[in-house]
Amino acid sequence: MADYSVPELQEDIKTPALAVGTMEHLKPYPAIEKHMVPLGFPDKRVDNWQQKGIEKLGDMLKKYRSLQVYLDICVKCGACADKCHYYLGTKDANNMPVQRAELMRSVYRRYFTPAGKLFPGVVRAADFDEETLNKWITYYHQCSQCRRCSVFCPYGIDTAEITMAAREIMDAIGVGHKYSTEIICKVHDVGNNLGIPKPALKGTLEFLEGDILETTGHEVRLPLDEEGAEVLLVAPSADFFSEPHIQSLMGYAKVFHQAGIRYTISSIGAEAANFGMFIGSFAQKQKIAKRIADQARELKVKRIVVGECGHAWRVAYSFWNTLNGPFDFLDPRYPVPQHVCEFTYDLLKRGALTLDKEANDQYVVTMHDSCNVARASRMGDQPGGQFEIPRALIRAACHHYVEMDPDTTHEKTFCCGGGGGVLTDELMDLRVAGALPRVTALKQVMKKDKVNFMALICAICKAQFTKILPLYHIPMETVGGVHQLVSNAIQLGAKKGIV
Amino acid sequence: MLTVLAYLVVGIFLIGFAHRIWLYASCPAPLKIPTTPAPVTTTGVVWRLFTEVAFFNSLFKGDKWAWAGSYAFHGALVLVLIRHLRYFVDPLPEFFAHVQIAGIVAGLVMVGGLGLLLLRRLIIDRVRYISSPADYLWLLLLLGIGGSGLLMQFCVRPDIVHIKAGMMEMWHSTEASLPTMMAGDFIFLAHLIMVAALIVLFPFSKLMHLGGIFFSPTRNQVDNPREKRHVNPWASN
Ligand code: HEM
Ligand code: SF4
Ligand code: SF4
Repeated sequence: MADYSVPELQEDIKTPALAVGTMEHLKPYPAIEKHMVPLGFPDKRVDNWQQKGIEKLGDMLKKYRSLQVYLDICVKCGACADKCHYYLGTKDANNMPVQRAELMRSVYRRYFTPAGKLFPGVVRAADFDEETLNKWITYYHQCSQCRRCSVFCPYGIDTAEITMAAREIMDAIGVGHKYSTEIICKVHDVGNNLGIPKPALKGTLEFLEGDILETTGHEVRLPLDEEGAEVLLVAPSADFFSEPHIQSLMGYAKVFHQAGIRYTISSIGAEAANFGMFIGSFAQKQKIAKRIADQARELKVKRIVVGECGHAWRVAYSFWNTLNGPFDFLDPRYPVPQHVCEFTYDLLKRGALTLDKEANDQYVVTMHDSCNVARASRMGDQPGGQFEIPRALIRAACHHYVEMDPDTTHEKTFCCGGGGGVLTDELMDLRVAGALPRVTALKQVMKKDKVNFMALICAICKAQFTKILPLYHIPMETVGGVHQLVSNAIQLGAKKGIV
Repeated sequence: MLTVLAYLVVGIFLIGFAHRIWLYASCPAPLKIPTTPAPVTTTGVVWRLFTEVAFFNSLFKGDKWAWAGSYAFHGALVLVLIRHLRYFVDPLPEFFAHVQIAGIVAGLVMVGGLGLLLLRRLIIDRVRYISSPADYLWLLLLLGIGGSGLLMQFCVRPDIVHIKAGMMEMWHSTEASLPTMMAGDFIFLAHLIMVAALIVLFPFSKLMHLGGIFFSPTRNQVDNPREKRHVNPWASN
C-alpha cells in the first residue's frame, strides 16, 4: 500500500504545468493466448503487424463516422487539454485528450492524408512503428473513456471513441490487455465478470435473504432463475460479493419486496457489465449483451431492470436496442431497459414506498455522478434525468444532502479514475493519480459541510474508491450506493404494493 | 491564365470539400453516442448545433480565452466575407453599401482575434506542446491575409477600380488581367495568392471543421435510443 505514489492534495483543482513522459513506464499486462483466441484475436503479435494495423485503421474509418470525423477536424485549440483527470493527476503531456488522440491522428495522417504523405514534418505525421505502438499500448490504457473531454470540445470530439478504436486495432494485431480479455472470457464461460458459478451465486443470495430476515424480520427474497417473474434484474456481479456493492443489492431486493413486484436474477445473465465496450469491439458488445436478451425471453419476464453500474447502463440504455433489439416482447408501458433508480423513483412517486430519512441521519451525503451515466445515458424522459432521479432518491432517503463543486458534478463530473478497463492492479499508479480531482472536490465538502457519505451508482466507482480513498486518508466507508441509502431508509411492511 | 487559375482554385476546393463531406455523410454511425444531457428531439438537436456554430457554446464552457479569440476571428471573418462581395458583385445591392464600415472594423477585430490565438499558442505550455508547424502556418497565413487587407485599406491603396474589373472579368474572359501600377497592387497580388493558397489547402486540412462539425455524432444525434431503435448497417444481426 505504501509504495503507490499519491499526489499531494491541494485546496482546489489546479491545472499543472506540463511534463513529458511521467507515465511512460506504466504499461498494462499483455493479454495471453488463452484469452485472445476465444475472442477471435490472434494468439500473439502478428508478424506483419504494421501492415495489419494500418489496414484495420482503414477498415474502421469506413465503419465509424466518429473516427473519420474526429481524426480530421481537431483544430488543436487545446480546450480539452486540461479537462482530463489523468492529465490533472499525472501531468503527462500524452494524457491531454488532444495529445492522446494525436497518437492515432499522426498515424492516420501519415497513411491516409495527402498532407501527411507529402509533408510529414509540417503536419506531424508518424509511422506506425515500434515506438508508436508502444505509446499506443501505454496511453490508450490511460484513458477511462469518461468523455469529459467531449463536453468541452467545440466539435464534441470524444477521445473515448479514439481509445476504443485504438484498442480494437491493437487486438486485431494480437496486442491485447490481459485484464479486459480475461474478464470477457469469464463472461462467456460462466456468465459474469467475476466468474461466479451458479451454486455459489445461489448460496450468496440465500445467505443475503437470511441476513435481511435477521436484521429486519421480513422475508425479502432474492430469487434466482425463476421463470415467469415480472422483472429480470441485471446487476453488476460485484453487487453479489463486494462491499459496499452488496448493500445496494439488498436495497433493490427490499424495493421489489415492498412494491410487491415479482422479479428474478438470472444465473446466465447475472452480470450487467459489458467489457466489450472497453475494448471497443462491436461484436463482443453484442455477444455479451445477447445473453441478457436471451434470458429475458427464456424466463418470460415483462421488464428488465439494470442495477447500479455506470458503463453497463450506457451499454444497456444506449446500445442494447441496436445490439439485440427490438425488445418488443417486453411490456411496452415501461422503457427497455429501466434503471433501478428509475424503477424505485417511479414506485416512490406512486406512493408504494415509505422512506424514513432518520435512518440515515448519521450521514451528510453528497453525490458523485459516474461518467457513463452522466455523459452517455439518460434516465426518465427529460434530458438530465440521470442527475435528477438519483438525487431525488437520495433526498427522499436522508435529511442532509450537499453538492460538490459544480465544475465537478453533472455533465462536468470527474471520473473516479478506474473506469474504462483500467481497474487493475498494475495500473494502480494511474488510478491513484486519476482520482485526484474527485478527491479534491470531496475533501472540500468534507471540510466545509462535514460530508461523510458519497453516494453513487457505479460498481467500478465503488471498487475504485474503496481502494483509493484510504490512500488519501479518507475512510472507505465514505463510499456507497444510492440504494444503500434507500435500503437503510425503507420501511418494510408498513404498507405493501402499489397504491 | 488568370481565368485558368481561378477555375483551378475554385475547382479543387469544391471537389475536395464535396469529397470530404461525402466521406463523412456516407460513413455509418454504428451506435448512439450523443454526449448527454442531449436533446431528445430533432428540433432540439438542430438548436444544439445552432448554438455550437453561432456561439461556440462548448468552447465557451471549455476555455474563455480561446473562445474570445476564436469568436472575434470567426465572427469578423463572416463580416469581412460579406463585405468582400462588393468586389465580385455588380451592381451592388443597396444593403451592402451600408455594411462597409462594419466590414472595416471587422478586419481589425479579425486580426486582433488571430493575434490572440497565436499568443495563446505561444504562451500556454499545453497549447504550445500540441501545436505542429501547420497549426502556426494557418494562423500566419490568415494573419497575412488580414494584415495585407488592412494595409491596403489604411496605408497603401491599390487601384480598386481596375482590380474589381479584373476580378469580374476573370470568370469569363481569358483576357482578364490585374493592374500592377502602384505599390498597393503588389500587396493585392500577395493578398490574392495567400487567399488562393487557403482555398486550395482547405479541404486537405483541419479547416474541414467547417463541415465536420455538422457530422459529429456526439453533437448531432438525438438522445432516444430506447424510444427508437437505431440500426447499425454493418452489424451481423
Ligand atoms: C461553420 C463554420 C465554422 C465554425 C463553427 C468554426 C468554429 C471554430 C472553433 C470553435 C474553433 C476553435 C477555437 C480556436 O482555437 O480558434 C475554430 C478554430 C479555427 N478555425 Fe474555424 N469555424 C468555422 C469556419 C472556419 C473557416 C471558414 C475558417 C477559415 C477560413 C476557419 C479557420 C479556423 C482556424 C484557422 C482555426 C484555428 C485557430 C487556432 O489556431 O487557434 N474556421 N473554428
Ligand atoms: S475520455 Fe476521459 S480519460 Fe479519456 S482522454 Fe477524455 S477526459 Fe481523459
Ligand atoms: S477541444 Fe477538440 S478541437 Fe480543441 S484540441 Fe481538443 S479535441 Fe481538438
